[in-house]
Amino acid sequence: MKVTSIRQALVPGVAVLALALSACGAANDGGSDNASGDSSESAGSTDGGSLSGTLNGGGASSQESAQGAWRAGFQSANEGATVNYDPVGSGTGRENFISGAFAFAGTDSALDADEEVGPATERCGGDVIEVPAYVSPIAVVYNLPDVEGLQLDASTIAQIFDGKITTWNDPAIADQNPDADLPDTSITPVHRSDDSGTTDNFTDYLSQAADGAWSYDPDGVWPIQGGEAAEGTSGLVAAVKAGEGTIGYADESQAGGLGIVSLKVGEEYVEPSADAAAKVVAISPRAEGRSENDMAVEVDRTTTESGAYPLILLSYLVACPTYDDADQAALVKGYLSYVVSEEGQQASADQAGSAPLDSELSSEASAIIEKIS
Amino acid sequence: MTTTHETEPEVSPPSQRGDRIFAGLAKSAGLVILAALAAVFIFLAVEGIPGVNQPAETYAPLSSFLPYVGRLLFGTVFAALIALVIAVPFALGIALFISHYAPRVLAAPVAYVVDLLAAVPSVVFGLWGARALAPQLVSVQAWLGEHLGFIPFFAGPASVTGKTVLTAGVVLAIMILPIITAISREIFAQTPRLHEEAALALGATRWEMIRYAVFPYARSGIVSAVMLGLGRALGETMAVALVLSASPVVTLNMISNTNPATIASNIASSFAEATPAKLSVLIATGLVLFAFTFAVNFAARAVVARSERKFSR
Amino acid sequence: MTTTEVTPTHASLPLTGPRLPQWAPALVGLLAVCAAGLLAMLLGWGIVAFAFLAALLFVVALPLWSVSVEGSRGAVDRLTTSLIWVAFAGAAIPLLWLIWTVLSKGLPAINAAFLTYDMRNVVGDDQGGIYHAIMGTLIITGIAALISVPIGLFCAIYLVEYGKGTRLARWITFLVDVMTGIPSIVAGLFALALFVLIFGPQIRFGFGGSVALSLLMIPVVVRSTEEMLRLVPDDLREASYALGVPKWRTITKVVLPTSLGGIITGVMLAVARVIGETAPLLVIAGKTDSVNLNPFSERMTTLPVYIYYSVTQPGTVPFDAPPGAEAPGIERAWGAALVLIVIVMALNLIARLVGRIFAVKKG
Repeated sequence: MKVTSIRQALVPGVAVLALALSACGAANDGGSDNASGDSSESAGSTDGGSLSGTLNGGGASSQESAQGAWRAGFQSANEGATVNYDPVGSGTGRENFISGAFAFAGTDSALDADEEVGPATERCGGDVIEVPAYVSPIAVVYNLPDVEGLQLDASTIAQIFDGKITTWNDPAIADQNPDADLPDTSITPVHRSDDSGTTDNFTDYLSQAADGAWSYDPDGVWPIQGGEAAEGTSGLVAAVKAGEGTIGYADESQAGGLGIVSLKVGEEYVEPSADAAAKVVAISPRAEGRSENDMAVEVDRTTTESGAYPLILLSYLVACPTYDDADQAALVKGYLSYVVSEEGQQASADQAGSAPLDSELSSEASAIIEKIS
Repeated sequence: MTTTHETEPEVSPPSQRGDRIFAGLAKSAGLVILAALAAVFIFLAVEGIPGVNQPAETYAPLSSFLPYVGRLLFGTVFAALIALVIAVPFALGIALFISHYAPRVLAAPVAYVVDLLAAVPSVVFGLWGARALAPQLVSVQAWLGEHLGFIPFFAGPASVTGKTVLTAGVVLAIMILPIITAISREIFAQTPRLHEEAALALGATRWEMIRYAVFPYARSGIVSAVMLGLGRALGETMAVALVLSASPVVTLNMISNTNPATIASNIASSFAEATPAKLSVLIATGLVLFAFTFAVNFAARAVVARSERKFSR
Repeated sequence: MTTTEVTPTHASLPLTGPRLPQWAPALVGLLAVCAAGLLAMLLGWGIVAFAFLAALLFVVALPLWSVSVEGSRGAVDRLTTSLIWVAFAGAAIPLLWLIWTVLSKGLPAINAAFLTYDMRNVVGDDQGGIYHAIMGTLIITGIAALISVPIGLFCAIYLVEYGKGTRLARWITFLVDVMTGIPSIVAGLFALALFVLIFGPQIRFGFGGSVALSLLMIPVVVRSTEEMLRLVPDDLREASYALGVPKWRTITKVVLPTSLGGIITGVMLAVARVIGETAPLLVIAGKTDSVNLNPFSERMTTLPVYIYYSVTQPGTVPFDAPPGAEAPGIERAWGAALVLIVIVMALNLIARLVGRIFAVKKG
């Protein structure tokens, strides 16, 4: 009896509310005064801006900011289209893609060759498409006044974060920075307290490149108990800024105002930059045993190539080669082509500070996406 | 509801039927609440129990459920207790201020301001705690570590960012202050006027009047207010997640950079990148938190009920 | 605290003991602040240490003076009085500080566009807005109120009018108290678990958020309504019965109107309590950039969730920004926080006004 009375009260209440409000959308939704108009003419080049409908995808939260830029560009080019991206996490994104809940997924790690590629192929009825979409250099940031351009190798960084090196004037650091005036301040390493792709890639880099100085497995959750922790990239950057002698790791785009470590690659020290990050993706070998639609890359963390920066986060988009619904296929195709296109990559670079894919990878990805039907 | 009106034959006067319907409505509303509570428990159990037995890497950096939830539970209780220790004296002081000490013109605005504190969103508390309060507390905590380091709570070394469990406790204390104040204020104000006036007439100072007339009357209410505050502190999520530098550890050290995480903040931190397996683990920890707050409230009620019986005897 | 002049008509026991003058606390307070300020300036202490020392001096000095004049009982009274004043001042500091922080950081972000734009297609430091979040907050909280108020109201009526003293009523009273302690994230997880079971794992919608919020709201409504109904004098009920009015008419025509003001206050306070919830909405209502006015499909953003995401995904600091500038998301987050606090304050004020206008006439 109670339930009906609530429902009776609720339905008309909501209806009235919806009616009253339907007239008042947000003032910037007409698109006339929107600042992203510059991309609106060019973005739709593949399809003439005629796409409409709703496209639902989701996955890695690392892509969220970039997805915002892509959404904006794509939606301004195709007024009738709405793209939703749910930052539910890579694992859930892949799971929902396989179950069919998402038309496409974003993920920080490629589909698992043994457990996920099979079901995903089954869902799609063809070789699943996996293209790199978002490359972000991860900067090792520190807060030491008067010390600029610190240079470190992976093994030293591993020992710092593992608590083996505890002061800034430790010989291991001093040897690599002969010119720097290192204080005897104690080092406070700061890590992410939440489960994140950034931590996953950072620990992966340390475990591969640190010559055994890092004994933990790569994981999205910080493997060491204790130590200074902070929530989210912004929380981490704030924590590093707040304390003196702190060191942490964060997306390069968020590192403004902090000292940035140059990593030892081969014989030289490389600063994180979009070019250096794109380079390491270009030279990294493809994962073995994948179909030709699958561009999964084994990031070469131990590269000695000059000018490459191997501490990056590489995130993929996953889609199907065929969709039952032609409109859906057209939307996925249009959206993904925009994402890997030069404008799309530039948009995410501006918004999220990611590194644009180099033209070779970009055109290979476009060729694969062209197959969607 | 209207259908029963028309189908029922005219045996009894309409007023009684209206009464029955109305009483039924009222009673079913009560039952809806019982059902909702049971549903909370059942659904959390259904979704959460698989989380007790997941592959070891789900519980990283630990390897099984019990130590995982155990450390989180410790952190939850620890942070909440710090908050209580700070908040209760202040809350009781403010409640007395409003009910017995403040000039009339001041009492109402103060009560309003304290209620307003209850409505400030916890994200804002978190932002403020992490970015404004924590840096200010760095030097205080360094001082504590330097001079009171022999007490295990202040063993140090003091955090350089101030994002410690002590800071989180201060933020939590500010957040639970209003609920404790509001309830104890109501109870202080309900003290029979005659008792108070009798005490004053016997020559008691204001403090003696409060001690001998107000406190005995309000004791059970204060206990329940404190317990409700504890419940709030145990379940607080966003503020702790944003303020605390957390790890799954057990430590009594309140000022170092290694602090125990709480269940609620851990759920918020891990939710975004959670796999379905991890999600069930998180829901299981939520179930543990629910069961724990239930137990705390149950105990509080029992204490109150017993002391009330004693008092009325 | 008035000092009564005792006119010695009989030269026997005086009716009052010696008292400190009325301005004593103010004088001691002033001296304490000056002394602490002097020390702080000489030793270069921070504001925290200064405030702490001033409070300590005040709390120690006044009772010491009092004990020499008024005796130990008077001194204890002075001590507790000053402690209570200090507690009040101590609690006022964080609130003022908090409000100052939000005001100073939030005001620059607020303009007409900020209130009427949403975040659809907003990139970088383009003018974005919180219109979608304001709407989401109002709709989700509104529906939560629509669910909780009838249930809470009827439950309170049952407890006060029908079930008084029964075992069921005692259990409900107890469980409502337990319910006030449900952690908000648990409420969100419950709503998530419930709707995932019904609609599948990808479900996120505004109505789910309302369900989670009403779980938090119902106990507050029940508690406050119950208190208000108990305040209605039994004389009124009995007068009504004596006129032959059935019980349910008595409740709707006499009891509820009498306590209406108090009930409205309680409901408004409950709304203010849940409107700032983040955690449950984060898990069940999700997040979107666009205006969505339909709570039964697709995601809906509320202000607290918007704040949370703006902080965790702040975007990049524009290249041409002055040094020290914060990412655009952080600025928007403070602006949204200010708007949320203003909404809550307004609700609180309205509730208090309504409560005053319709207040139960006691006695």
